[in-house]
Amino acid sequence: MILGADTLPDNGGYVAAAYLVFLVLLLVYFVIMAVRLSRVERELVALNEEEPPA
Amino acid sequence: MYGKGLRTLSIATLVFIAGAFALGFFYAPMDADQGAMQKIFYLHVPMAIVALCGFVAGGIFAIQHLRTGDRRHDLRSYVAIHMSLILGIGVLLTGSIWAKAAWGHWWLWDEPMLVSFLIVFLLYACYQPLRFAIEDPERQARYASVFAIVAGAFVPLNFAVVRMAQEKTHPRVLQDSDNLPGEVWLVFFVALIGMTLLFITLWRFEMAAKNTRGQIRKLQRRLGVDVVAGRSAAPQ
Repeated sequence: MILGADTLPDNGGYVAAAYLVFLVLLLVYFVIMAVRLSRVERELVALNEEEPPA
Repeated sequence: MYGKGLRTLSIATLVFIAGAFALGFFYAPMDADQGAMQKIFYLHVPMAIVALCGFVAGGIFAIQHLRTGDRRHDLRSYVAIHMSLILGIGVLLTGSIWAKAAWGHWWLWDEPMLVSFLIVFLLYACYQPLRFAIEDPERQARYASVFAIVAGAFVPLNFAVVRMAQEKTHPRVLQDSDNLPGEVWLVFFVALIGMTLLFITLWRFEMAAKNTRGQIRKLQRRLGVDVVAGRSAAPQ
């Protein structure tokens, strides 16, 4: 049931929305991971500044 | 070391995902009935398949945890379920968008495929609160593993029952596929490989992040630094 017709329903907006949802989901995930990475970095800096036990 | 080979994996993921989307829009033919909205199929279906497989993988890791007592398997199970939940959100949202375009409704409560996926998603949404509710790490890991195994066994069972259901509005693409042209299959498989690679990449990325955090915790304890407990219920 595949053909190139001029009378196909125009649902481009829905398609764009679906792919945008996927993109946004990935972006939110990466932002959360970036925040966690910066926390790890802070902890490492704090550990580096820590005096070693005598 | 979960970070090893992550760069190659990330590049392969990017190539396959971008390739699948490009092929979907510029190579795959337009569907005569659905028009452009059929393009959602290349995103929604692979995402659903990979999410369900991820839940099952979480159950398999949980079995390994209970068999060996190795907490690393519990962490692997946790991350697999976490990634599948994220993909599950994507499946529900993209499915709703497709449903609105195709049926004129965001959701149909009498459609077994939709409701069964929602049940699986909500079941796994209970996984993290379960972990949060148990303070003792050993018990937490054990109970979470039991949950992951039972829920993991439910996923294929639920899927098979739904496929056998008589009433259906949701298309059974892989079942009623006799008239699908080769181009559509090709794009679908590229998208499926891309989505699988994305899952593996993000899984390893998160495993590497949690492993690093765990190493820092150990270092803090060794140096006698006060360890501030995180808000996450993730195993350390």
